[in-house]
Amino acid sequence: MSEDVGLPISHRQRLWLYCLGGLVLLFLIAPSIIIVIMSFSDSTLLQFPPQQWSLRWYQTYFGSLEWRDATIVSVKVAIMTVLVATPLGTAAAYAINRGTLRFNGTINALLTASLIVPVILIGIGTFFLYARIGLNNTLTGLVIAHTVQALPLVVLTVLSGLRSYDMNQERVARSLGAGRVAAFWQVTMPQIRFSIVSGALFAFITSFDEVVVSLFISGGETTTLTRRMFNALRDQIDPTIAAISTCLIVLSVVLLSVAQIFGRRH
Amino acid sequence: MGAQTAVMQENAGRAGPDLNTQALRTDARRESLRLLALLSPSLLLVFAIIIVPIGWLFWLSLFDEAGGFSAANYARFFEQASYIKTFVTTFKVAFIVTGACVLLGYPLAYMLSQLPRRAASICLIFVILPFWTSVLVRTYAWLVILQRKGLINSWLIDLGVISQPLSLANNLSGVVIGMTHILLPFLVLPLYASMKTIDTDCLRAGMNLGAGPVATFRQIFFPLSLPGLASGVVIVFVLCLGFFVTPALMGGGKVNMWAMRMEQTTSLYSNWGAGAALGVVLLVVTLALLGLFQWLLGARATGVWSSR
Amino acid sequence: MSIAPSALPIGMRGIEKRFGSVPVLRDLNLDVEAGEFLTLLGPSGSGKTTLLMILAGFVRANAGSIRVGGDEIITTPPHKRNIGMVFQNYALFPHMNVFHNIAFPLKQRGVAAAETAERVEKALDLVKLQGLGERRVDQLSGGQRQRVALARAIVFEPRIVLMDEPLSALDKGLREHMQIELRALHRRLGMTTVYVTHDQREAITMSDRIAVMNGGRIEQLDKPESLYARPQTQFVASFIGESNFIPVECRNGSVWYEDRRIHTAAATPAAGQYLMVLRPEKLRLLATAEPTSGVNVLNATLSDIIYQGDSFVCYAVLRDGRQLTLRDYCRSDVLAKMPAPGQPVSFGLDAQDTILVAAD
Repeated sequence: MSEDVGLPISHRQRLWLYCLGGLVLLFLIAPSIIIVIMSFSDSTLLQFPPQQWSLRWYQTYFGSLEWRDATIVSVKVAIMTVLVATPLGTAAAYAINRGTLRFNGTINALLTASLIVPVILIGIGTFFLYARIGLNNTLTGLVIAHTVQALPLVVLTVLSGLRSYDMNQERVARSLGAGRVAAFWQVTMPQIRFSIVSGALFAFITSFDEVVVSLFISGGETTTLTRRMFNALRDQIDPTIAAISTCLIVLSVVLLSVAQIFGRRH
Repeated sequence: MGAQTAVMQENAGRAGPDLNTQALRTDARRESLRLLALLSPSLLLVFAIIIVPIGWLFWLSLFDEAGGFSAANYARFFEQASYIKTFVTTFKVAFIVTGACVLLGYPLAYMLSQLPRRAASICLIFVILPFWTSVLVRTYAWLVILQRKGLINSWLIDLGVISQPLSLANNLSGVVIGMTHILLPFLVLPLYASMKTIDTDCLRAGMNLGAGPVATFRQIFFPLSLPGLASGVVIVFVLCLGFFVTPALMGGGKVNMWAMRMEQTTSLYSNWGAGAALGVVLLVVTLALLGLFQWLLGARATGVWSSR
Repeated sequence: MSIAPSALPIGMRGIEKRFGSVPVLRDLNLDVEAGEFLTLLGPSGSGKTTLLMILAGFVRANAGSIRVGGDEIITTPPHKRNIGMVFQNYALFPHMNVFHNIAFPLKQRGVAAAETAERVEKALDLVKLQGLGERRVDQLSGGQRQRVALARAIVFEPRIVLMDEPLSALDKGLREHMQIELRALHRRLGMTTVYVTHDQREAITMSDRIAVMNGGRIEQLDKPESLYARPQTQFVASFIGESNFIPVECRNGSVWYEDRRIHTAAATPAAGQYLMVLRPEKLRLLATAEPTSGVNVLNATLSDIIYQGDSFVCYAVLRDGRQLTLRDYCRSDVLAKMPAPGQPVSFGLDAQDTILVAAD
């Protein structure tokens, strides 16, 4: 009997369910695992399991100026997106949480718009707008576009932190003589910092993994890693991409673990 | 009575009812402005990057290539066979992928909801990790697995099941498999969250009243899980309609979906009016589906987006 | 630490508060004397907490004036009001230890480290938490948290201390103990205190004066004993203590219940309809139905007697169907004369205990 549920159904009776669920989990995780393993293959042919092991695809990746530049662009853009989206999203979440503004519903809808509007439309629209104001193929343009995509995640994460935070604490701090800013920094901020950090991590992944909008607005010296990967995949299946993909998977695992550890400590 | 009337007289003598009204109103306005100041950078960005360009594109879509005011960009969708084919393909893929996600996702979410907490959270990692892995990485993985000389084909040939490689990638099946993999977590996570809220006592009561496990599931658990399933289905379906990366890379030029059509029209042919019209219709369909869902199920839909 | 000299009076005038179109406080006026312990008592929704929040500056009134020792503070931001506040859930800062919680207001005021340490130590002494400065907040019991919250609210010697049901989260025994301790602390420090509760017993135990609130207004503002002995409205009479009411009429300078004249010690009010307040413990069983001078006699039919060990409660029904309740101690002389249920009884009420209130 399952201790959590305690229904009079034995695990044996459920075996078919566990098999089915396990297969679906395998379907979800297997592609990532296969890519990680193949990235260490010695062969240009995509054999699995690989006959010979080597780091040659990683050497190609790190040795290629093009891939390296694209990676640097992506890292730069992601870091700047975090630096912009986190404070903006936190400030917005704080204001929404107060709930005293008249158009709170509209404001919420606007801030989460980038989750609802099809990305392809955002991509075309941003390209169209940037073409008029000269922001295509610039870091600034990429950071602004990615910030808009990362904002809802930061807002929602920080908002959930604020919802479980007792606003009376900030009130009491005010009554004890702390101004608005002091009360936020000394009392509220230390208690929602885990949510803010999680929001920042989500913003980083969102920016780093963003493909569609970057396809339209990045290029030349500001080609992002994802854009270069997309173009490479259109031509042929280059095993170098397996090495890059492995790096991206590791990045996701690390960032998610950090978010998880922060979340648990919270 | 006596004392009370005395109190009332005292009050009347002292102050009118609208003391400091103006100062307090100014103070309230200042407070609202402060909150608005906190919101304004975010709102401004969203406005500039999402609302303005879409509004602009919508305006453009109302003019034909000669610059005249017309509905030509929209009429084309009904007249040109290629557009109709694109819509048919898009909806076909969306239905198949959504169906596949339900078939795979429901048992998985059900299993997760029945597992003890620790086991469930370990299994959840396998759902969340792909969720946060780049769409490109996962599409690439499926290309490697499904292509002519890919894993599946070489294994099947080695095992002697087939002699000629199956064409799994660069066609509809590749697109469907890749998209199902990418969108499955969008169905599982809200569904699992809603299944967790189903009261076990309801199920115990059902069994206590003589319903067998199957009847309990069918008559109690399944109906209670439907709102979560519905929100997952809507999200997956809506994301399918505007999906770009996987069909562009795995369709092999044979599967032309809505988003790809938009990209070609604008980038390749620079026909902004036509591309914009496609985008406007896509947005309207998306919002209509979400609105319909919200109307049917109340405010749950917005909560589901935040489950990510 | 002595706060008494700086205690200040509060004068509230014409406070109006609406949430949307729902009025919460209506033209409210209240004076709190310097050094007074005043309680806002009322059921939930009476506006008492809203009034406290307006005093603290967390809720903005729609109109009104609050003067503290002559200064208008209605638009002053909370951190400049110099008012200590204790919340129902204490709102201690979980990321700081006890010392830093209590030192927080001193830090905001730029008090030097040495003086801070000294004053925190004194505040801890005052609330009997000596030596617990290094404890984390989550290592404290409910009562200890309450004391830390209190120490934090008084350590900066505020002009006024506000408390929002600070004892409601404690269990009964501890709550009664803390009531006495809070009262003693107030006597010692003498700060002007506004206390909010819905518990009439707590209000009576602790307060110098009580403002009974109902529907956004102050129904009566009085000393606890007067509030009980001389309620002025039906609401106050029923909210503080137990009461039954019977309708009476004033005409030609005397008071009538049906065809019987009612004796009152106070002056007869203006002509009209009133309610007579019958407290169970003020009524007594009479041996005879004959009218006696200075005692109002009510004839009824006994419906039930409930023994509660040291006392008993009689339920009786008047001729017009109204219920009466009488409570008395179980003395053998009283018990000997006790009629059986169904028999007629006569209840007596002394003229001095006869209170009339306007019907709501």
